[in-house]
Amino acid sequence: MQFMLLFSRQGKLRLQKWYVPLSDKEKKKITRELVQTVLARKPKMCSFLEWRDLKIVYKRYASLYFCCAIEDQDNELITLEIIHRYVELLDKYFGSVCELDIIFNFEKAYFILDEFLLGGEVQETSKKNVLKAIEQADLLQEKTENMFHSKSFIGSKKAY
Amino acid sequence: MLAGSRPGVGKAATSRRLAPLCSPSPGKSKEAEIKRINKELANIRSKFKGDKALDGYSKKKYVCKLLFIFLLGHDIDFGHMEAVNLLSSNRYTEKQIGYLFISVLVNSNSELIRLINNAIKNDLASRNPTFMGLALHCIANVGSREMAEAFAGEVPKILVAGDTMDSVKQSAALCLLRLYRTSPDLVPMGDWTSRVVHLLNDQHLGVVTAATSLITTLAQKNPEEFKTSVSLAVSRLSRIVTSASTDLQDYTYYFVPAPWLSVKLLRLLQCYPPPEDPAVRGRLTECLETILNKAQEPPKSKKVQHSNAKNAVLFEAISLIIHHDSEPNLLVRACNQLGQFLQHRETNLRYLALESMCTLASSEFSHEAVKTHIDTVINALKTERDVSVRQRAVDLLYAMCDRSNAQQIVAEMLSYLETADYSIREEIVLKVAILAEKYAVDYAWYVDTILNLIRIAGDYVSEEVWYRVIQIVINRDDVQGYAAKTVFEALQAPACHENLVKVGGYILGEFGNLIAGDPRSSPLVQFNLLHSKFHLCSVPTRALLLSTYIKFVNLFPEVKPTIQDVLRGDSQLRNADVELQQRAVEYLRLSTVASTDILATVLEEMPPFPERESSILAKLKKKKGPSTVTDLEDTKRERSVDVNGGPEPAPASASAAVGPSPAVPACCDGLGNNLLLFCSLMFVCKNNGVLFENQLLQIGLKSEFRQNLGRMFIFYGNKTSTQFLNFTPTPVPRCGLDSLTRTHLNLQTKPVDPTVDGGAQVQQVVNIECVSDFTEAPVLNIQFRYGGTFQNVSVQLPITLNKFFQPTEMSSQDFFQRWKQLSNPQQEVQNIFKAKHPMDTEITKAKIIGFGSALLEEVDPNPANFVGAGIIHTKTSQTGCLLRLEPNLQAQMYRLTLRTSKETVSQRLCELLSQQF
Repeated sequence: MQFMLLFSRQGKLRLQKWYVPLSDKEKKKITRELVQTVLARKPKMCSFLEWRDLKIVYKRYASLYFCCAIEDQDNELITLEIIHRYVELLDKYFGSVCELDIIFNFEKAYFILDEFLLGGEVQETSKKNVLKAIEQADLLQEKTENMFHSKSFIGSKKAY
Repeated sequence: MLAGSRPGVGKAATSRRLAPLCSPSPGKSKEAEIKRINKELANIRSKFKGDKALDGYSKKKYVCKLLFIFLLGHDIDFGHMEAVNLLSSNRYTEKQIGYLFISVLVNSNSELIRLINNAIKNDLASRNPTFMGLALHCIANVGSREMAEAFAGEVPKILVAGDTMDSVKQSAALCLLRLYRTSPDLVPMGDWTSRVVHLLNDQHLGVVTAATSLITTLAQKNPEEFKTSVSLAVSRLSRIVTSASTDLQDYTYYFVPAPWLSVKLLRLLQCYPPPEDPAVRGRLTECLETILNKAQEPPKSKKVQHSNAKNAVLFEAISLIIHHDSEPNLLVRACNQLGQFLQHRETNLRYLALESMCTLASSEFSHEAVKTHIDTVINALKTERDVSVRQRAVDLLYAMCDRSNAQQIVAEMLSYLETADYSIREEIVLKVAILAEKYAVDYAWYVDTILNLIRIAGDYVSEEVWYRVIQIVINRDDVQGYAAKTVFEALQAPACHENLVKVGGYILGEFGNLIAGDPRSSPLVQFNLLHSKFHLCSVPTRALLLSTYIKFVNLFPEVKPTIQDVLRGDSQLRNADVELQQRAVEYLRLSTVASTDILATVLEEMPPFPERESSILAKLKKKKGPSTVTDLEDTKRERSVDVNGGPEPAPASASAAVGPSPAVPACCDGLGNNLLLFCSLMFVCKNNGVLFENQLLQIGLKSEFRQNLGRMFIFYGNKTSTQFLNFTPTPVPRCGLDSLTRTHLNLQTKPVDPTVDGGAQVQQVVNIECVSDFTEAPVLNIQFRYGGTFQNVSVQLPITLNKFFQPTEMSSQDFFQRWKQLSNPQQEVQNIFKAKHPMDTEITKAKIIGFGSALLEEVDPNPANFVGAGIIHTKTSQTGCLLRLEPNLQAQMYRLTLRTSKETVSQRLCELLSQQF
């Protein structure tokens, strides 16, 4: 996978993950072009399209579009399920996730993504294992937060 | 999930911190947001610069805010240093935010990279799996060359160390994969590779998943080193596909066992040919059959995720079957399965089935099976609502086209073209033009098709297409009259496309005489018809028409006064456009001063165009990327040479020089630009063309040879929009095994500019000296950096012994005398071989001449045989060569005999020439 973008129906970019080195200018250009292309497509159209020399796989969940760019030999359907698994992970972690969760807890969205996908490839497909890793990190966070600032903000929310 | 906004969002600390920055309420204007952000940025900047040292928590808070602001779409140009400081914090959260900032906002500032690398080094050495994980994630996310330099040695050790935790192993595997993609030269292969392969046997499926990705990437470049992965992958796959849906616990996804891993294993197997070991091969075939069988079973769940995951595996299995292209049974089953999907109610599946079938169409085992779906595909073209699906249908029709269905497919594409989306029209035009040419049995049909193309989609008919129709008409005597008649009729339409005027003008200028006997298309009528379009046309077309007029002066003396009047008119002689004015002046003069004979010589009919690959094909390849198109062309092996049968390699001569309709020189350009992939075989008998092409780079060649010297111009075209850096092409002669000390070829060249801009072309000149006869062609090594990754390309340079071949004319008597002199057994080399191409006399002659030898007519008593003679020039010697080629049409065989005074020369020339027929 070359990159993954999350954007809203209004075209606002909510999360971007690039697995190939590109300049900021190129990133912006690609984002602009792709957001336009994908938003212009009607529902019920197929989830794949050719774009430059890449294949775009996208799916809309509520107000958010999840959009992945993969290479020629990559598998479209499994990419569609990568998106779905990521949504499931977010959902499980945030407990019925919504766009605002991703806006305000962007760091969590990134951490979960890093546990699931690394370098553009699936690292761990087990939902349990990914969430376990994030929970452990949260525990560490809680410990340090408690130690230094005695603020607890995650403890109330168990993912599962 | 993601059902929409819900109350109680502010769960995490960040939301509390950031909420004031971002108001999702629509009432606030954009300016207000920017103002608030700028205020906040100023605040953070002053905190960072302030006298009071910030504690870790505040630093983290502000770095996090910066990140948030960046993600809202604003530029961030500070805070990097603070983020780097966070990396060395002992507190997990601070470290984590630091790493996130670095990952999202990488800066190639080298001083910072050193600091970052230091922090990473410490974390990797910490033995704390969480910290190690963070550090590895950061390397994988940034993946810069500097990081590769620092960690490419360390990461493999972590990966294969016995005491590394599973999760760290997973991260290390993918981290290494990213570094390998960025800088393959910095990742040393070594003992670790065999241990990585054995990760395919690991208990932990997550580890296997990550390792499979790594192995696949490494195996693509080092297939030998990872060969043992094949049997391990097969057995792993076999265990997965035969497991019950509950066996793999959390790795089962909607009742599909380990779909991601299955897809990756199937992908890995596509790096290799079918396994040689019959046991492994049998087991793999079983797996593939099981996967195909499962597709027929009723679904275990109605959820789309279930069918997607299952079909993802199925499609990957079909890709492997197509890749192996060796089991007819599996190929046909795959084709039937895809056939079912063609009518599936899921658009996604229809799309993928069309796409996958496209590759299946190029296999000889399944081509026929694919063709049975033609009606469904045509129907898809007409009824699919989604343009991307229709596009796939067009591609598939193109791929499944052959002589038997060409007329139907071309007709369907033409009729679709009338309503096709603008975005894909040009491509369809190219495809129709190629198919019409390739499978034309009847050239009248071909001409009709192209004129129809121009009528329906004139704006999308590129120059290549209309050049091509002219080339073909010029090369085919039998269609010239029909073409003249047809364009004449087409031009009658009150509004016709300018491209038609161009084709019409050109063809009537060349072949108008063939229809001039009919009073309805008498010379004057033809002229008036063309001239009625003149004023509506653009300058290049008008220039072309002026050339047509002067050709008319030659063809039809009776219209000379009319044409001279037109040329003499102010709107021509004093045209503001220099080109038009010059043509008018010169043509007028030519028509007045030149005698009929001179006029006839100057304006002689165009000689046939040399046999070359269709320029349209080249254009399509350029559009689509070479891989897709060539595969089909290569495997179908339907040669298109017979179309432009003109064998003479003489370029457009007299009439092109003087009657320079713009089409003529441009035509040659269009032809010269032909695309030939990799195959230096193609270059044995020719000197120009495209040597190599991939997604990034195109290498073109032009070369000339005289005696033992040669000069080659190599053109490197950057096909991407990104700069190539450190671009270093180096031609290297290779020594044959016979002599390691002596060089047979001297190559001299200068380095080229190391930076090649996107879309730009650079040229390199190589001076060649042939010292003595040789067999090994030199190699061109090219290295460059493209977007951070190191690219390495090696291609053979088509410098073969026959390039130093000078033709020698001689009489029949001389020939046989020398032939007899060279009767030692070492001097003669003979080869009998099967014809690989249609046995066409004219093409054969052209090839012998292209090979460098003189073609001696009326030497051999049997007129079907070919005889040639020439001298191979090297610095140290000159070797006379005689050759004789005897075709046997019944058996579709050739016998080639070479006699020279030097055994190695006979041997090499015989090898080279045998491959050509």
